[in-house]
Amino acid sequence: MTATTTSLPSTSLRLRPITMAILAMGGEGGGVLSDWIVAVAEKNGYYAQSTSVPGVAQRTGATVYYVELFPKFSGSERHSEPVLSTMPTPGEVDIVVASELMEAGRSIQRGFSTPDRTTLIASTSRTYAMPERTAMGDGRIDSGRLIEVALASSKRFIRGDFAKIAQDTGSVISAVLLGAIAGAGVLPFTREQFEEAIRASGKGVEPSLLAFAEGFTVAAKPAGQSIDITIGARPSEVPGEGPDPAEVQRAIENPGSLVGSRLQVQASRIGADFPAEARFMLVNGVKRTAEYQDIDYANEYLDRIASVTALEVHGDSSNILTTEAARYTALWMTYEDTIRVAFHKTRRRRFDRVGKEARIADAQVMQVREFLHPQVEEISDTLPTALGRWLLRSKAMNAIIYKVTHKGLKIQTTSVWGFTTLYILARLRPIRRRSLRFGQEQERIDAWLGLARAHAPADYALATEIITCQQVVKGYGSTHANGLKNFNSLMGAVPILAGDSRAAERLRNLRRAALADETGQQLQAALNASSMRSN
Amino acid sequence: MAERSFATEVQELRLRDGEEFRGEGILAVTKGLLQSGVAYVGGYQGAPISHLMDVLGDAQDILDELGVYFENSASEATAAASLAASVHYPLRGAVTFKSTVGFNVASDALANLASGGVLGGALVIIGEDYGEGASIMQERTHAFAMKSQMWLLDPRPNLTAIVDMVEKGFELSEVSNTPVILELRLRSCHLHGSFIAKDNRKPAFTIADALANPKRDLTRVVLPPASFLHEQEKVNKRWPAAVQFIKDHQLNEHVAPGTRDFGIILQGGLYNNVNRALELLGLSDPFGNSSIPLYVMNVTYPVIDDEVIGFCEGKRAVLLVEEGQPDFIEQNIQTILRRADATAKLHGKDLLPVAGEYTPAAVTKGVLAFVQKYAPELLDQDRLPTSTLPATDPRSPYAERIAPELVQGRPPGFCTGCPERPIFAALTLAQREVGEHHVSADIGCHLFSINAPFNIGATTMGYGLGSAGAAALNGKDTSSRPIAIMGDGGFWHNGLTSGVGNAVFNENDQLLVIVDNAYSAATGGQDILSSKADNPLRSTKHSIEKAVRGVGVRWSRTMTNTFKVDEMRDLFKEALTSTEPGPKVIIAQSECTLNKTRREKPIIARQIKEGKRVVRERFGVDPETCTGDHSCIRISGCPSLTIGPNPDPMRQDPIATVLDSCVGCGLCGENAHAAALCPSFYRTEIITNPSRWDRMKTTLRHRYIGFLQRGIERRLAGIDADL
Repeated sequence: MTATTTSLPSTSLRLRPITMAILAMGGEGGGVLSDWIVAVAEKNGYYAQSTSVPGVAQRTGATVYYVELFPKFSGSERHSEPVLSTMPTPGEVDIVVASELMEAGRSIQRGFSTPDRTTLIASTSRTYAMPERTAMGDGRIDSGRLIEVALASSKRFIRGDFAKIAQDTGSVISAVLLGAIAGAGVLPFTREQFEEAIRASGKGVEPSLLAFAEGFTVAAKPAGQSIDITIGARPSEVPGEGPDPAEVQRAIENPGSLVGSRLQVQASRIGADFPAEARFMLVNGVKRTAEYQDIDYANEYLDRIASVTALEVHGDSSNILTTEAARYTALWMTYEDTIRVAFHKTRRRRFDRVGKEARIADAQVMQVREFLHPQVEEISDTLPTALGRWLLRSKAMNAIIYKVTHKGLKIQTTSVWGFTTLYILARLRPIRRRSLRFGQEQERIDAWLGLARAHAPADYALATEIITCQQVVKGYGSTHANGLKNFNSLMGAVPILAGDSRAAERLRNLRRAALADETGQQLQAALNASSMRSN
Repeated sequence: MAERSFATEVQELRLRDGEEFRGEGILAVTKGLLQSGVAYVGGYQGAPISHLMDVLGDAQDILDELGVYFENSASEATAAASLAASVHYPLRGAVTFKSTVGFNVASDALANLASGGVLGGALVIIGEDYGEGASIMQERTHAFAMKSQMWLLDPRPNLTAIVDMVEKGFELSEVSNTPVILELRLRSCHLHGSFIAKDNRKPAFTIADALANPKRDLTRVVLPPASFLHEQEKVNKRWPAAVQFIKDHQLNEHVAPGTRDFGIILQGGLYNNVNRALELLGLSDPFGNSSIPLYVMNVTYPVIDDEVIGFCEGKRAVLLVEEGQPDFIEQNIQTILRRADATAKLHGKDLLPVAGEYTPAAVTKGVLAFVQKYAPELLDQDRLPTSTLPATDPRSPYAERIAPELVQGRPPGFCTGCPERPIFAALTLAQREVGEHHVSADIGCHLFSINAPFNIGATTMGYGLGSAGAAALNGKDTSSRPIAIMGDGGFWHNGLTSGVGNAVFNENDQLLVIVDNAYSAATGGQDILSSKADNPLRSTKHSIEKAVRGVGVRWSRTMTNTFKVDEMRDLFKEALTSTEPGPKVIIAQSECTLNKTRREKPIIARQIKEGKRVVRERFGVDPETCTGDHSCIRISGCPSLTIGPNPDPMRQDPIATVLDSCVGCGLCGENAHAAALCPSFYRTEIITNPSRWDRMKTTLRHRYIGFLQRGIERRLAGIDADL
C-alpha cells in the first residue's frame, strides 16, 4: 500500500463504486443472487466484492448481502485494485433489492433506500412476520402503506409479485430478482451477460432463465407500469381477497342472479326489504344457512336480520348495523359442528382444490388424510338433546369415547371406508335441529341480537359494536370455549358501558384486548383497569 | 458431513505460483496455511469460521498429499491444547474457532501455551463475531491477547493482505516464540475477492518426524520455577523480538505520511471503512489515496511505541479509530504518548461511539468531527454525506420515512420441518397441564425457543451449559423442578461432564432435555460423536443415552421420533412428576431437516427417474373449516405454516395456509391431535410412479366417491346460482 499521493481527489470527478444491498431471508437464495452479480461483473471488466453475514441469520432470519462493483478500466487506463467497503453506508446505496415487501420497508428504516439515490427493486409478495401470523385476528401489516412509503423513499421503485413469478416458472426468487435488476438497467451489463452467468452456474438453468426473463419484463416496463396493488381500504389491497366489486353490484341490483332457483323468494325479499349496502352479505348469508341446514333456516336468518334493519332509522344511513348483523349472524348460525366439517370435507370441489394445491400430475395418485379428534362435547353436541345430555353425564360413555379419540383419528377421506364415515356424519344434518348445541346456539344468537337491538335506538354505534363482538368466537375445542368466555365477558360489560358517550369505542378496545391473546388475560386486565368485572 | 459442500471451491487450493485465486476470505486463509507449510490444523466450528473447518474437511485429499494433519477438535480447549505440538518441535500449527466464546473455552490451554512459548509457528485464527450478524455477547478478543501475551493481527479486509498475514504470522510466532492470533472480522470471513497464489509447501518437519524423535525441555513446562522464568522471557526477550520483526517487515502501514499536522491511527480491519469515510468526505479516493496521514495497525497487539511516537511527531492531534470496548489501544497509546512527553492530542472514543460496530457511517461521523476541529477548510461543507446530517433533517437517510410498526423484527427461527419445533410444542402443551417451569436454555438452534411463538427459556450461560445453568436451582426440596435444554453439540463439547456429571454428583433434581439432531446443526451441520452418518474420516454413532447412563443417570429415556407430540408431551409430564431423585434425562432424537433434505433429495430424484414408487407428503388447511384463529401457528411458528387471504366472502380474518415449501414433517397433524386444535388440517400423499394396486384402488374409489358426491351436489342444487 504505502501510497504517497497527496493531492486531494477532485470532488466533481469523484469516481465511486456501484453499491448494492440485497435484503433477503435465510434460504431465499440471497447468496446465490450476489454470487451471480459478482460473476457477471468480474467477467465483464469490473472488480467485485461481496459480503454477507450468514451464521444464525441463515435460519429463516433477515439477512443483508452487500455488493460493490468498480470498473477495471477508465477508457484504456487500467485502475489498480480499489478499496471497497464491506458494509452499506446509509444514504450511499445505489441499488437495493428486497425479496419481500416488509424487507423493502426494512431497507428504508435502515436508511439504505433513500429518495435521492436509490433504485429500489422489491417483490410485493409478503412473507408474514411472526406477530402477523400469530395474531388471533387480522394482524397483517397494510401492504398499501408499505408501497406508498417505498415510492416516497426511493428514486425509482420497481416492483412486482416476484415470488409468484418464481412459483409459476418453477424457479427461485433470486433468478426473478436478477432479471429485474437486469431489466431495470441499473448495472452496466447487457441482458446476455446476465444470462451467461446463469448458464455458467450450471444448476436449474432452464427454469432460472425463464424466471429471469419474466423478472426482466416486469422491470423493463416504463415507469408507472409495474404491477400495482390497488391502494385503498383493506382488504381490497391484497389481491385475491375481499368480495369481487362486480358481484357486490349484482347483489344490489339483482340479488336473484346470485342464487339458485330454490332461493329466488328469499332473493326477492332481500331486494325489496333490505338496504343496498347489506345485500351482498345477505345473499351470501341465505346461501350459507340454506346449505348448512335448509331453506327454512335461511328464512329464519332473514327474519333475524329484518328485526335489526327496522332499527336503521336510528343510524347514520350507512346501514352498517344491518350489514354487520348479516355477516355475523350468518357465521354464528352456521357454527362449526361435526356435521359441517364432514360436509365440507366430502365435497367434490374440495377434492379438486386439494389436488390442484398438491400439483397432482396425471400419472400421480393422491391420498388425503384428515386429522380429527372429536371431544365428548363435540359428539354430544350433534346428538338429540336428551341423548346428548345423557352422553355428557355418562362416565362409562365418556371413558369409551376418550379411549377411541384421545389420540385423534386419522381418516383417509380418499378411501371407501373413510369417505363413507364422513359421508354418514354429514348426512346427520336433519337431526341437527334437535341437537343439544343447536338449541343453545339459537338462544345465544337471540340474546345477542336482542342486546344489540335494545341499545340501537340510544346508541347506534354501540349496537354495531355489540354485533361485531361475535368476531371473538371462533375455532374449535378449547379455542372456541375461550372465545365464548371472552364473548360473554364483553356482553357482560355492555350494560356498564351503555350511556357513556364513548361506549362503542370502549367496547371496541375491549374486543381488541380479547383478540390479543388466547387465554383472555389481556381482556381481563382491560376489564379490571376500567373496573368492569366480568360475569 | 457439513451443510455446505466446498468440493468445487477447494480446487482453488491447488493453484500454483502466480495464478489468480478468487473466492471467499475463509478459503483464502486456508490457501495461506498451505502456502506456509503448515503441519497440522484443528479447530471447533462456529460462525464465522465454520467454513474454514468445512473447507478443510472437503480438502482431505489435498491435505493428505501435503502431509498435513487435520482434526475436528472436541472443543476449543482441545484445539488450543493441540498447539502443544509446536512447543518442542519446529511444526507449524494452526487452530481456529469463534472469537471470544472460543477463547473463553480455550484460555486454559492458551495461557499455558503462551507461558512456555513455542518453537514452531502457532497460529490461532479467529472469527471476530462482533457487530451486525453476530450471535454472541459483544466482547473483544483483544483482552485475551493482552492477558496471555499473544500477538494480535488484524489485517486489512483484503485477501492479499490477509493471506500475507497468515505467512507473516507464522514467522512472527517463530522469531518471538509466541503464539499469534489472526483476527478476521465477520465480513472478512465471507468476503469475496482475489489474490495471486503461491505454490503449496509440504511441511519441512512432519508429525511423524516429531513422534520419531521425542523431545522434552523442562524449562518449557509451566511449573515453578520455569513459570517465573517464562514471565521474564515474555517481557525481556519475546516482546522485543516481536517488535523488531514487526518493524523490519513493516507489518503496520503508513499512508500519505507527513502531509498534515494531524492524522488517523486505525485498526487494520477497519481500513476499508475509514477509507470509505474519507472518500465520502472528499479526503480520499477509491484507490486509497488519502490526503490525511494514516497509520494502519495490522498488528494491534503489541502496539509499537516507536512507530506511534514517530507518527504523532509534529502533529497537533491524532484520531484513533478502535472498534469495541474497553478502549484498550487508546489507553495504551495515551500511556506511550505521556511517557514520551508527546504534544499531540489523542482523540478516540470522545469523537467516535464508545460501543458498537464501526460501520462506515459511524466512522464518517467521527472523522468528520475530527477534521472539523483541525482542518475544516478541507471539507466541502455543502456536500457532506447525508449520513452525517441529524436525523431531523429530511435529507438524512435516518429521517423517519416509515412508521416503526410497519417493519417487524425477523429473528432467526426453526426451519421448516425442524425436528426441534415439536419438542417445544410438546413442552408448551405439557406446561399447560403441569404449570410453568424455570427453563435453562443452551447454545444451539434450540435457543430459538426463546422467541415467539414458544417463548421458552430464561437464561443461556454458554455452549453445553444448559444443565449447569440450572444447577443452583436444584429442585430437590421443592415441588417444581427446573427444565434444562442442551444440544448434542454442547453435550459432547462439555455438557456431559459440566452438566450431566455435575447433576448426578450433586443429585440435582432437574429435567434435562438433550436435543439430538445428529449434527452440530447450528454451526453448519458438522458431524459429532453421536451423528448417525457413516463418516469415513471420523468415528460416529456413539449413543448419548449410554454416555449419560455411564456417568450415573438412572432416569433416562430416548425418544426416537420427536414428531410424536402427544408422546413427547406425556414424557415431559412424566419426567416433571417422577419421584426418582437426581437428574431426569430425555434424549429427543430426530435428524436435522436441513441436512436430511440435502441427503435425501438426490436419492429421491433418482428413484423417481428410475420409475420407483415414491410418496411425497405435504399438509394443507381447508379454508371452509378454518376460522382464522391461528391457534395452530401459535404452537408451531413453522415458516411454511402462514396466513393467507380468506376466500369466504363473509369472513374477514386471514386463514391459516400451508406453503409449497412444506416438507410434510407431520407436526401440523400431530399438534392438531395433541392440542385438540381443529379439524382443518389434512395431509396429502402424492404417489409418483404408483403401483398397479395403487391405480386399481384409485379407480374403484373414484367411482364410489364420485357417485356419493353427485348425491351431495343434487341436494344442494338450486341454492347457488348456476355458474
